[in-house]
Amino acid sequence: MDLSLVTFAQILVAVLAIIGLMVANAVVMVYVERKAAGFIQRRPGPYEVGPWGTIQAICDSMKLLAKQIFVPANVDWVLFFLAPVLAFFPVLLLFLPIPFGPYLTGLAVPDGIVLILAFAGFGVLSNLFAGWASNNKYGLLGAARAVSQSVAYEIPLILALLAIIFQTGSLSLTEIVEAQGSYPWQWNILVQPLAFFIYLVSLVGETNRAPFDLPEAESELTAGFHTEYSGMGFALFFLSEYANMLLVSFVCATFFLGGYKGPFLDGIWWTFIKAYLIMFFIVWIRWTFPRVRFDQLLNINWKWLLPLGLINLWITAIIVKLLP
Amino acid sequence: MTGFNFINPFGVSDEPGTYLGDFYTDNFEKKATAGNVILNLGPQHPSTHGVLRVLVELYGEYVLRAEPVLGYLHRMQEKMGEVKTPYQYLPNMGRVDYLNPIAWNWAFAGAVETLAGIEVPERAEYLRVIAAELNRVSSHLLWWGAFVMDLGGVTPILYAFEEREKLNDITQIVTGSRLTLNYFRFGGVGQDGDARFFKLIEEFIPYMRERLKMYTGLVTDNVIFRRRLEGVGPMDESLCLRYGATGPILRAAGVNYDTRLAIPYGVYDRLECPVPTGQPNDCFGRYMIRLLEIEASLTILERALASIPEGPTLVAKAPKPTYKLPAGEVYFAVEGARGQVGCHIVSDGGKTPYRVKLRAPGFSNLSLFAEAAQGTILADAIAILGSLDLVIPEVDR
Repeated sequence: MDLSLVTFAQILVAVLAIIGLMVANAVVMVYVERKAAGFIQRRPGPYEVGPWGTIQAICDSMKLLAKQIFVPANVDWVLFFLAPVLAFFPVLLLFLPIPFGPYLTGLAVPDGIVLILAFAGFGVLSNLFAGWASNNKYGLLGAARAVSQSVAYEIPLILALLAIIFQTGSLSLTEIVEAQGSYPWQWNILVQPLAFFIYLVSLVGETNRAPFDLPEAESELTAGFHTEYSGMGFALFFLSEYANMLLVSFVCATFFLGGYKGPFLDGIWWTFIKAYLIMFFIVWIRWTFPRVRFDQLLNINWKWLLPLGLINLWITAIIVKLLP
Repeated sequence: MTGFNFINPFGVSDEPGTYLGDFYTDNFEKKATAGNVILNLGPQHPSTHGVLRVLVELYGEYVLRAEPVLGYLHRMQEKMGEVKTPYQYLPNMGRVDYLNPIAWNWAFAGAVETLAGIEVPERAEYLRVIAAELNRVSSHLLWWGAFVMDLGGVTPILYAFEEREKLNDITQIVTGSRLTLNYFRFGGVGQDGDARFFKLIEEFIPYMRERLKMYTGLVTDNVIFRRRLEGVGPMDESLCLRYGATGPILRAAGVNYDTRLAIPYGVYDRLECPVPTGQPNDCFGRYMIRLLEIEASLTILERALASIPEGPTLVAKAPKPTYKLPAGEVYFAVEGARGQVGCHIVSDGGKTPYRVKLRAPGFSNLSLFAEAAQGTILADAIAILGSLDLVIPEVDR
């Protein structure tokens, strides 16, 4: 692909739009999450600031912007400040290949999913840096957990996606959406239910959300890898957590739920509806389940998800070979 | 060792390699194997519920040694007993353990009554049982929520608070307060329950039974929850007896010991209180014992409500505020939510007792932790700590 001026401008516009999407997503999701948590816990949730508490999240982010960035003693300065940036910036690139609508893709590369999986690896690096650099034992434990968890859960995640890629015969996200039909029974969720289930479990593990929130397990490690971060440093971690959630939800919508296709009026709204349903699912289980233990977390992965993913991939490969 | 540093007396410094520890950390570090991490949980840590501090030596995620450090909430409750008259000291009992104040009320009032030979009217005895059982339910409920929160489930504690709210409304009618209840008087109770008080309790009992069923479906049968607790932190009979553990922990270990039956006090011997046992001795067993105890308390409440007689609630010759204890020595124990709550008074016949010793069950129960947590994973150690049902003000007194 030659990088002409038009492509460059296109990427620039896309990145700006993605930054807007990420910030808007964080603001909306914080509100949705707190209201959902309030509903689950039988309390009102935020309701003081603005009508129904809608500008609570904006006020919170203003507070985070204005807060002092406290740097503890003996930190590794370079890594300490690099970590939140590293958590945030790769996420911009991750959204580029996602087909939001039939003609709305930031960068329609032919092997988009490889780009996503490659840059998703930066997230764990930033967690590791944050935990290591902040000279805190809780942070270090959190970082160690984050690394082994992310490494473990990336494998079944990729295996689940590989089954779809085998079936479609393409690495391009647009082609994967085009291969699915308009109606729910033509989507990959029914063709590959096991892959969908594996992906759903691993996306929770991959985004470090409860019940797999071991790297920041509050009752054990206070806040895990971001214990020592305050102000904007914390805000960037927070933002990237929600952006990562959004990303895995979009990938899920694209791979399993027919992307922008719907029973009527194909378009960007279908992608968003599907992605936000997944987001709401992630929020929902966070407030209803207790946390698993670390060895159990790895057992779920290595003893169940990985063999299941391999079996699923194997069956898919055979069927694809037999029925061309 | 250099001389005392007046500018920086605590040795706190930003310079790398300077001394940052304290007495406990120093001693703990001496026995540590090189290369292991020493982690300081608390005194400000989300799962130590208050200001408990635990030093742990970690090899990876494994806890090799653990040592609780106490005293961050020491309020000299026992010394206060020596400088105050029994009448002045009684309200302190609501502050020793803020979650289970009625048991402490009873321990101190019972000790004074035994020493002074004061007879308590029949109706007051029943009101005492009702208040104590309501308080036990309320204490177990808060423990239930906090314990599930230790395991990462944040929602149940808010459900538990809903029931606690009802209980607070009920106990408020007779005690006048919602947290540091001061209901008992020497020779009776402060106030008789009115019709609304008894009606609310009667409504509460079936309501709570329904909610217990819901708790089973929501939390107890959750597969993650079960896997987190089953087989974790077993505490057998010999361990419990060596450290003097009482209450649900001892009963989960298979020892059928309940102060209400072993050393009957009040009218408990007439109420035939059921004592749940027969659970495994791990974290899950201790969890189940407490839930079953809520059920048992509701049964006792029902029986007490059915057989409560009419009559005065305070003995006619109740001690005046200037009352002097006769010389002598007495130990009076009651069954609190966390175990045996005891009060030992030595009096020389003066205005104030010569010595007041409070036996806090949490203190003995906490001492099991160091041994039980050895070799577990950090998350399990937190679960064990939670299953001990510690209230730090009571541990430190």
